[in-house]
Amino acid sequence: MTGRDQAADAAGRPGLVVDVSLSYGATRIAAAFDVRPGHPLAIIGPNGAGKSSIIAAVAGLVPLDAGEVSIGSRRVDALPPERRRVGVVFQDYVLFPHLSVRDNVAFAARMRGSRAAARAAAEPWLERYDLVGLADRLPSELSGGQRQRAALARALAADPDVLLLDEPMSALDVEVRDEMRAELATHVREFGGATVLVTHSPADAATLADSVLVLEGGAVTQRGTLAELRAAPATPYVRRMLAASDA
Amino acid sequence: MTRAAVRSAGRLAWPVVAIAVVAIAVLVLPLVALVARAPWAELPELLASSAVLEALVLSFGTAILATLLCLVLGIPLAALVAHAEAWPTLPRRLLRAAVTVPLVLPPVVGGIALLMLLGRRGLIGEWLDRAFGITVPFTTGAVVLAQVFVALPFLVFAVEGALRSSDRRTEAAAATLGASRWQVFRHVTLPIVAPGVAAGGVLCFTRALGEFGATITFAGSLPGTTRTLPIASYLAMQTDPDEAVALALLLLAVSIAVLLTLRDRWLPGATA
Repeated sequence: MTGRDQAADAAGRPGLVVDVSLSYGATRIAAAFDVRPGHPLAIIGPNGAGKSSIIAAVAGLVPLDAGEVSIGSRRVDALPPERRRVGVVFQDYVLFPHLSVRDNVAFAARMRGSRAAARAAAEPWLERYDLVGLADRLPSELSGGQRQRAALARALAADPDVLLLDEPMSALDVEVRDEMRAELATHVREFGGATVLVTHSPADAATLADSVLVLEGGAVTQRGTLAELRAAPATPYVRRMLAASDA
Repeated sequence: MTRAAVRSAGRLAWPVVAIAVVAIAVLVLPLVALVARAPWAELPELLASSAVLEALVLSFGTAILATLLCLVLGIPLAALVAHAEAWPTLPRRLLRAAVTVPLVLPPVVGGIALLMLLGRRGLIGEWLDRAFGITVPFTTGAVVLAQVFVALPFLVFAVEGALRSSDRRTEAAAATLGASRWQVFRHVTLPIVAPGVAAGGVLCFTRALGEFGATITFAGSLPGTTRTLPIASYLAMQTDPDEAVALALLLLAVSIAVLLTLRDRWLPGATA
């Protein structure tokens, strides 16, 4: 499985190849996977399995013990986060609390140019993500769903090659989750690049991802589509998780 | 029942209340006496004397300058102290100790130490004098240095507290959006800790304004050059107690104004 052979798809988006080992506290985490553009991968597992650490490692936010991260033909594991072109939607979204929605979405462009130019560049993103009416609000004045849209617009406005979503639904109220999940799936499809989603919910994986990687205690215990997992759950955790989601 | 309701329903034993009342008296009675015995009728005249105005201008000028220096030096130091959380124990503790020392050190010791460093025979002072003919002690610059020495920790700890209570993931988010380390500091870290910087600056200013021990030791008491309000007030006590009280009232007024500015934010003991 060498992702570099299929480095770019028809739309010109590169694939992601990850083969890493890292430490989080006492936990040793090791995982290897390829993600093709337009075919999102869900990393699923219990709390403390190391899911978010892997995402942080791909984004360059935590150091690797060993291994490689490549995006298309670019090897990025030695690059700092600001040069990787990896967009992240963080758990709880982590919008900049001191900036309006407009300036949050304009942030990446602001780092490369003037404030006026950045705000102009943000305008189409605000329109596409239905944020125009909220553009002058602070993140603290938004609902959970609005924050999710703002965080996604902020990440995608930077024109990343890879999109990482860390528990994107967990900060939302249960009543709006289904609706927001469908909306998020649409936006992820529109992005079309390599996408990795971290979640502990099979429902998220079913709607947002094509395939699933199960991580338990820092190690990959199963991989495949949800249907394949259902047909032959490899561990008690996988069986319980799927049963809970069917209930 | 909410926690607040439980707390207000709880009752204190009477000896605790009685001793607390004595403690309040210890804190407040001296200030009441100061206000009660103030020569209110002559106050405008006393405060308008040229010696007082001289001390006033010098005090505010040096305290503002010291505060600006503390901001320039202290914000990066606070960032380093916050960053040091990830360091091994020994260097982390040494750094923290270095920042804390001026808080617990008698200011006079600070003044003597500054003399040992920058005095004519000091570690650096001797060389400054010989190479450039620069003498630091007993100048207005020495007043500012003494104030920076005692006031810097106030700024550093206020800003460090703000850094600690902020969500550091915003910095990671900024990096993934293409911000260099400097841009992260400039566009994310600094604006988010701005309230802490403001509060620290105000605390720093009051500490600098009230500085006495290090200043008189390192800078002396030269009218117009190094005789700040607290020193002028202390000296006036020997010759003209009314003037001393007037100066003390002035310093008290500034302190109360600062207290009102800060309200319940960032005062020692506040949880935020």
